[in-house]
Amino acid sequence: MADTLATMPFDEALERFEPVLGLETHVELGTTSKMFCGCRTTFGAPPNTHVCPVCLALPGALPVANDKAIESTIRIGLALNCTIAEWCRFARKNYFYPDMPKNYQISQYDEPLCVNGYLDVEVGGSTVRVEIERVHLEEDTGKSTHVGGATGRIHGADYSIVDYNRAGIPLVEIVTKPIPGTDRLAPEVARAYVTELRELMRALGVSDVRMEEGSLRCDVNVSLMPRGASEWGTRTETKNVNSLRSVERAVRGEIERQAAVLADGGKIVQETRHFHEDTGATTSGRSKEEAQDYRYFPEPDLLPIAPAPEWIEELRSELPELPSARRRRLQAEWAVSDLDMAAMHNAGAIDLVEATVAAGVPAADARKWWMGELARRANESGTALADLPITPAQIARVVELVASGALNDKLARQVLEGVLAGEGSPDEVVEARGLRIVSDEGELTSIIDQVLSANADAADKVRAGKIAAVGALVGGVMKASRGKADAGRARELILERLGVSE
Amino acid sequence: MSAITRDEVAHLARLSRLALADAELDHYATQLDAIIGAVARVAEVATDDVPPSSHALPLTNVYRPDETRPSLTPQQALAAAPAVEDDRFRVPRILGEEA
Repeated sequence: MADTLATMPFDEALERFEPVLGLETHVELGTTSKMFCGCRTTFGAPPNTHVCPVCLALPGALPVANDKAIESTIRIGLALNCTIAEWCRFARKNYFYPDMPKNYQISQYDEPLCVNGYLDVEVGGSTVRVEIERVHLEEDTGKSTHVGGATGRIHGADYSIVDYNRAGIPLVEIVTKPIPGTDRLAPEVARAYVTELRELMRALGVSDVRMEEGSLRCDVNVSLMPRGASEWGTRTETKNVNSLRSVERAVRGEIERQAAVLADGGKIVQETRHFHEDTGATTSGRSKEEAQDYRYFPEPDLLPIAPAPEWIEELRSELPELPSARRRRLQAEWAVSDLDMAAMHNAGAIDLVEATVAAGVPAADARKWWMGELARRANESGTALADLPITPAQIARVVELVASGALNDKLARQVLEGVLAGEGSPDEVVEARGLRIVSDEGELTSIIDQVLSANADAADKVRAGKIAAVGALVGGVMKASRGKADAGRARELILERLGVSE
Repeated sequence: MSAITRDEVAHLARLSRLALADAELDHYATQLDAIIGAVARVAEVATDDVPPSSHALPLTNVYRPDETRPSLTPQQALAAAPAVEDDRFRVPRILGEEA
């Protein structure tokens, strides 16, 4: 591969060039059975156990479309503000590649089921409208494993082995129109779009959208043109982008690479590139076949799709609350600023805060714990907030203990630490670690007496009327009780014993 | 319909991963030309009032419910495979000449 490895720093690249993005996202639908046959779609089954004459293309086998997959695709189209075709067909995409036993993939070509929509995404406090070109339905391909060669990749492999369990699982492809004008926000816009799309799929309940299992996959198209130019540059398509972070990195990496090639007087080749998770760089793949090389033609084994307008309206009226509307509603309910809401969204805290509020916690407290102590701990351990081993119900219990005066914030943090360390429920941690606030007057009084005698100077100042000096004494009590004293009550008792009133 | 050229046959052969000898390119160019010529006669009878059609039956929306049916066993599925490894279909190198 004659790949130049040179890159231009991102800022310099953006000073000289403007990027245009395009995103193709594949979503495996969460149907029970495959697109054109009754085989299961369960992920991770032993190889070639979910295959039948239809998905293995045995002679005489005929496909029949899965009604749930058609319905899900229309619902996705509606949620993306698309027009739904009154009439459309499946098409054969012919290619010689062993990941499909038929030697073609059933897809849609010039008659996609849904066209011309948009998805609004929020980036850096402003809204970017990403226009959707098309949403079409096709079947997923089998999974090839390349044997031999150094890298386990297709290049240099001696041969390949194929598992057709995935072949024929319904796959929806969502293609954006070219997205110009994102400028230096391009990597973030790409990431925000895929994030929003994933949330939308979840809200619709059409897919489990697990990028790590490949049920959501993204191809990233990037081209650059010199600043001020009106004609877009040649684009590349980067595949194998398997996490949200990788979407952002792939865009950034491709901008830096293309800028170096162009600045050096080179030309960008229209090709498929592979993203490498470890380095964030891309390498050249096969040069793309032209659409005409796929020799698309209408699939003769499947009848046209002609969804009734009444059915489409019924599906439209039954759409759930979509993520952006839900965020707006929650923001109003919680009375938080745009900035705070965006921070919660980026941290993946919205579902958690919502569940905590549902468990009876005031929104401000729920937000405080998730975005404060817990976000800090998630950050430290490099895990997603939602993956912390603590539940909204447990947070609700801790907040309840604070509200009742049994814990103060400092002790509450220790309780959270205990729960996260797997020491049990909040109550069990309180019990095992002995974290209850000392509210027993006798115990508190004896601690106060010790502190007063050890800090006679400060005590004298308070007696003389310098009430501000009481802070040091309260601090002493908190320290002596290892944080377990009720600070407010301690202050009252100290003043009382020193014969001072406020 | 213009005549099929040797270059077009060569391109098609590459897409189909078929190695054709020079003599075969000429042979198939002539044959394909005859086949396409025969099919093209359909265009002669299609007038403006005959809409293009892809299916013989005037049906739409034929679907199956999203229900599973038994699959083949791996043994059955792989029975006719020319080569098998780890319960998977073993196939020759895919991108040999292009890598």
